[in-house]
Amino acid sequence: MNEADRRLFEYLLRIADSDLVLAQRLGEWVGHGPVLEEDIALTNIGLDLLGQARLWLAYAGEVEARFAGRGRTEDELAFLRAGGDFRNLLLVEQPNGSYADTMARQFLFDVWHVLLLGGLALSRDERIAEIAGKARKEAAYHVERSADWVIRLGDGTDESHARMQSAIDDVWMYTGEMFEPDAIDRSLAAEGIGCDLAALAAPWRGTVEAVLSEATLAVPKTSAVQRGGRRGIHTEYLGHMLATMQWLQRAYPGAQW
Amino acid sequence: MNREWPLWEIFIRSQHGLAHKHVGSLHAPDAEMAIKNARDVYTRRNEGVSIWVVKSEDITATSPGDKTPLFDPAASKVYRHPTFFPMPEGVKHL
Repeated sequence: MNEADRRLFEYLLRIADSDLVLAQRLGEWVGHGPVLEEDIALTNIGLDLLGQARLWLAYAGEVEARFAGRGRTEDELAFLRAGGDFRNLLLVEQPNGSYADTMARQFLFDVWHVLLLGGLALSRDERIAEIAGKARKEAAYHVERSADWVIRLGDGTDESHARMQSAIDDVWMYTGEMFEPDAIDRSLAAEGIGCDLAALAAPWRGTVEAVLSEATLAVPKTSAVQRGGRRGIHTEYLGHMLATMQWLQRAYPGAQW
Repeated sequence: MNREWPLWEIFIRSQHGLAHKHVGSLHAPDAEMAIKNARDVYTRRNEGVSIWVVKSEDITATSPGDKTPLFDPAASKVYRHPTFFPMPEGVKHL
C-alpha cells in the first residue's frame, strides 16, 4: 500500500497547491481592488480557495503519515516547502497584472476547476469525493463571476477589449498542462480515485470558447504549451510569491497568531 | 460625465425572516452585478436566502423637512393602538 499512498499524497498536493497558490495571489489584491465591492468579492474567492487548500493539505498530511510514519500538518506543508516541492499549475502562479490579467487567469482556471471537482466528486475515495462535492459549489460561483468579468471587459470599451484579449493571450500557453496526465494521474484515474484530466479538455474548450465569443474575444491560435508545475518546475514568479507567503514561518518557526 | 457606478440599495430575506429587509447599499454597473456584489458583501455569513436590489435613485423618499406634518399628528392618538380590546381567554398566538 506504501506505493499507492505515496501516489495519493502526490496527487493531493497537486490539487491543494493550485488552490493555495491562487488564494495567495488573490490575497495580494486585498486593499487594492478597483472598487470596494470587487475587493471584497475577490477576497471571498481567495478565502474559498484557501479553505479548500486546507482540506486537501490536511488529508495529504494524513496520507503521508501512513507511509512516512509522521505526516506534516497543513501549515508545515503550506509554509515550509520550497518552490520545487510545490505541485501547482503554472497558470495560477502568474502575477496579478491588471484586473483583466487577474480575471483571465481566474476564468481559465475556474472552468477547469469546476470540471476537475465534478470528476473528483465521483471518486471512490470518500474523503476526496466529500471535499470535492463541497468545493464544487464554491467553484461554480467563482466561474460565474470570472466569466462575467471576461465578457464585460471583452465586450466593453476599446481599451478594455484590447487589455482583456492580451490578458487571455498571455496566459493561454499555461493552460495546456491542465489536460496532460502523467503516470500518477493515469493510475489514480484508472483506480477510480482521481479524475481523467484528458477528458476535461473538450468541455473546457467548449465553455471557454463560448464565453470568449460572447466577450467578442478571439481564441488564441498558439498551440505552444508551458508545462512543469506538477513536477515542481515553475516559472520565475513562484519563488518570489512564496518568499512573501512563507517569510514569517521561516523567520519565526512555529510562530502562532 | 459621471464615471462612478450607480448606487444600489440591497434587501435581503434572511433564513427565518418573511420579508426582505434593507441591509445597506453598494455600487455596481448593473443589476446583475449588484446581486453578485450583494452576495459577496452582505451574505458571507449565511445571512440570506433571497436578494433584491433596487437602484437608489429609483427610491422616492419622504423629505426630512416634512417630518413634522407627516408624522407628528399620529403621536398623541393612543386609541389607534389595538390595546383596548380585552383578550379572549384561551386564544393563542395573539
